Amino acid sequence: MLLGTTAIRRLGRLAPVLCVLALVLSGCTPDHYPQTALRPLSDFGRIGDDIQTTTLKWAVVVFVLVEGALLFAIFRFRGKPGDPEPKQVHGNTTVEIIWTVIPALILAAIAVPTVRGIFETNATPGPDALEVQIIGHQWWWEFRYPSLNVTTANELHVPVGRTVSLKMRTADVIHSFWNPRIGGKRDVFPNRETRLWFKAEQPGEYPGQCAEFCGIQHGRMAFRVEAQMPEEFQAWSTHMQSLKAPAAAAAPAPADSVHTASAGATVPSQNPSPGPGDPLYATGEKLFMTKGCVGCHSLVAYQAPQGMVGPNLANVGARTYIAAGTLKNNDENLAHWIMNPQGIKQGVLMPNLGVKPEEAKALVAFLRAHQ
Amino acid sequence: MATSAIDQQRAHAAAAHGDKTGLWSWLTTVDHKRIGILYGSTAFIFFLMGGIEALLLRIQLGSPDNTFLSPETYNQLFTMHGTTMIFLGIMPLSAAFFNFMIPLQIGARDVAFPRLNAFSYWVFLAGGLFLNASWIVGAAPDTGWFGYANLTSRQFSPGMHVDFWMLGLQILGIASLAAAVNFFVTIVNMRAPGMRLMRMPMFTWMSFITQVLLLLAFPVITVALVLLMFDRFFGTHFYVPSGGGDPLLWQHFFWIFGHPEVYILILPAFGIVSEVLPVFSRKPLFGYAAMVFSGVFIAFLGFGVWAHHMFATGMGPIADTFFSLSTMLIAIPTGVKIFNWLGTVWGGSVQYKTPMYFALGFIAMFIIGGLSGVMHASPPADLQQTDSYFVVAHFHYVMFGGSIFGLVAGAYYWWPKMSGHVLDDTLGKLHFWLMLIGFNVTFFPMHILGLNGMPRRVYTYPAGLGFETLNRIETVGSFILALSFAVFLYNIFKTSRGPRNAPADPWNGATLEWSIPSPPQEWNFAEVPVVHSRDALWEVKRERGGKLPEPPHVSGAGIHLPNPSYWPLVTAIGVLMTIAGVLAFPHIGPWVSIVGGLVLLFGVFKWAFEPAG
Repeated sequence: MLLGTTAIRRLGRLAPVLCVLALVLSGCTPDHYPQTALRPLSDFGRIGDDIQTTTLKWAVVVFVLVEGALLFAIFRFRGKPGDPEPKQVHGNTTVEIIWTVIPALILAAIAVPTVRGIFETNATPGPDALEVQIIGHQWWWEFRYPSLNVTTANELHVPVGRTVSLKMRTADVIHSFWNPRIGGKRDVFPNRETRLWFKAEQPGEYPGQCAEFCGIQHGRMAFRVEAQMPEEFQAWSTHMQSLKAPAAAAAPAPADSVHTASAGATVPSQNPSPGPGDPLYATGEKLFMTKGCVGCHSLVAYQAPQGMVGPNLANVGARTYIAAGTLKNNDENLAHWIMNPQGIKQGVLMPNLGVKPEEAKALVAFLRAHQ
Repeated sequence: MATSAIDQQRAHAAAAHGDKTGLWSWLTTVDHKRIGILYGSTAFIFFLMGGIEALLLRIQLGSPDNTFLSPETYNQLFTMHGTTMIFLGIMPLSAAFFNFMIPLQIGARDVAFPRLNAFSYWVFLAGGLFLNASWIVGAAPDTGWFGYANLTSRQFSPGMHVDFWMLGLQILGIASLAAAVNFFVTIVNMRAPGMRLMRMPMFTWMSFITQVLLLLAFPVITVALVLLMFDRFFGTHFYVPSGGGDPLLWQHFFWIFGHPEVYILILPAFGIVSEVLPVFSRKPLFGYAAMVFSGVFIAFLGFGVWAHHMFATGMGPIADTFFSLSTMLIAIPTGVKIFNWLGTVWGGSVQYKTPMYFALGFIAMFIIGGLSGVMHASPPADLQQTDSYFVVAHFHYVMFGGSIFGLVAGAYYWWPKMSGHVLDDTLGKLHFWLMLIGFNVTFFPMHILGLNGMPRRVYTYPAGLGFETLNRIETVGSFILALSFAVFLYNIFKTSRGPRNAPADPWNGATLEWSIPSPPQEWNFAEVPVVHSRDALWEVKRERGGKLPEPPHVSGAGIHLPNPSYWPLVTAIGVLMTIAGVLAFPHIGPWVSIVGGLVLLFGVFKWAFEPAG
């Protein structure tokens, strides 16, 4: 009787909540989210994901039982104003011991895999791992491969099936390296090296971004992990090694390595880019030197200089995004960016240099050739 | 109830103590009830400001690549939203109830140090105004409420943004510490005869524990902020790596303060709910002793879990294990509390009035926040969750679903006692349903977004990551939430125009505040009560067949009360000037500080030699 019509009417009042919940749950499958943490694609990511799944299961069980008991009590023990005083219970030692011990046991069930997971994730990768140095910058990411002598920015190429050992620091403030498909976050510090490792399981492009507030453009500090089959990665690294300083090789890259890069990377060449012989290219090259771009950006991937303020542009023409995930990398956006970085990404360290539209066009031609 | 007797008493009181109205009486008041009202109304205004800041944030995030707010403004707004809600909203709203209710619950005529109490309020007000003055000069804090070094160094944060934040928190810290000393001493020393520790009402108990947390946690942030001030103004390198300092040191300091701070924010709400549930279930709190000791245990453990905010910093497996297990341990006393609340309702004869709605809503929402908390106690999983919207969801379920639901329950519960008006029950329930729905629509989807890769503190997100739909829903939810508070305001407005006729004991209360008129006379208790048991008032009423004893006819003459004083206000202005002067260092600032210091000293001197009445 107590659970009769009033109860139904009360549940009816919850209808809007249930509707919204249904709506929310419909948007719930991780496949809608390219940056999801719920579909890990590395051994490292799976360790955390397994524990999270275990914990979530327990949480759901506890949630259903306790909220259920609460709802039951709410409906069952409804009193009327004239009712006699209910039995004055002050406590019950047995019950209290039981509901102290049961949560403790559940926590123990979570604690055991947790401690195992802590030690697994903190393990040191073996000597055959590919080392990558990651340097956080306001607001972009620098990736250096010491064993390959290669440097790049914002797109981290890694081979599938080989452990990658990340050694991280920052050039300025604290950032946090987070690629959810690959694994959890790790903060980067100016005065200590932090580490993370993972072995990518599938080729693909995985978006990630900075996860520690790092100033005005924290929201625009994205990067991508490009997991490639070993031979593709090999081709990419060989190509990157060919992007040398002018003293060692004719700058920029010879035409054939552009093709190698296009084949190796998953990025298709958008336009047939003008080569070094093109007059537009030559103008762009000159502008790159005279407008001051060269002061912050290196065009050399092999044995690149350290401590540059801006991202390495040796292969900028082939990247998917520019300005750390802010804009799709097409000619229009690139020109727009060169002319007005402060309008697009307020506070970015790249100043507006008064580049005119026709100058921007030449610079785009020049940069686009850097594949 | 003997309304006429009460009216008579009021008339006598007015004659005996002089009619105390007008601005001057509020500026010089040392009455804990008036100070409680000042705290409550000031904090509620700040709370609404923090809410408006949140709505602006939600509009910006309502669609991808939005340009409604500039990144600069967004960062200022989220920093001020967090800082405001914690230091100017929830903490002083709790303080409003500490002020008004603790002396009444323990049968005292005032707090131990009435003028120090006024001083706390004025310093709190000064701190809140100082922080928000940053908007006027266009230098609102913009590095988050956590202010992580080395982003807060001069190099990366030139301008006054961080200075306003750092100095504002320093001012507010003084207010909190002074108040904590006051309430600690009040509860230890001022209890009515027979009010043993284990007979204290649970709200007073949880408030007592909160004062201990305040006393132990605030000195840590004070020191951390002084070091930051030295770094920014005097060229030291405590957090600056180029000079051998360590930005990680700030994180340890901050969270050694910051985690107990979480319990400072939630324990008063625990106390309120532990008062409301028994009264409206018409049976005593289940497992009183377990409730006390679980509160003590939570507070103790709260000092040993701080680095669970720092799992992503790579502390190594030993530290990770320690902080992970200590964090999980906290779930046990927290669970005990939830089960005891359930046990209180279980078998009761539940009266569904507005305060009970909010108290039950508190339990339902707090369970969710507690469970997601256990989820990120596990470092390998937390590496994905930390600094994502999953954490934003978690702490809003604790801070809003917990603290705010609890505080609103307290507001409806004690409103008659504080104002003499009973808030409208129908409007109250409308407020509840709008708040419950708005809250869940706003914050539940954040769990999903966080686990699917949306990081915190981003001023926008690109289209194509799948974040659009749920963010839009959240923005709608935030406006439902805002609407619920509009209903609350309307309720206050409407009922305050009605007659001031709240009965002394509208809910059949168990604690001493319900034994005296609503609102109480200035001296609270005509005769100091003698306490023989827990739920003292229930005991008295049972002996008298369910009726409150007739209030004794007392004119108030001869009852010793402290004199009003404006020296707390003068001293507080001195504190404000001393600290605010640092802003303008090294130009005019030192002079402002010196003059402020002199005002402070003069105020303290006059205060010390003022006749206490």
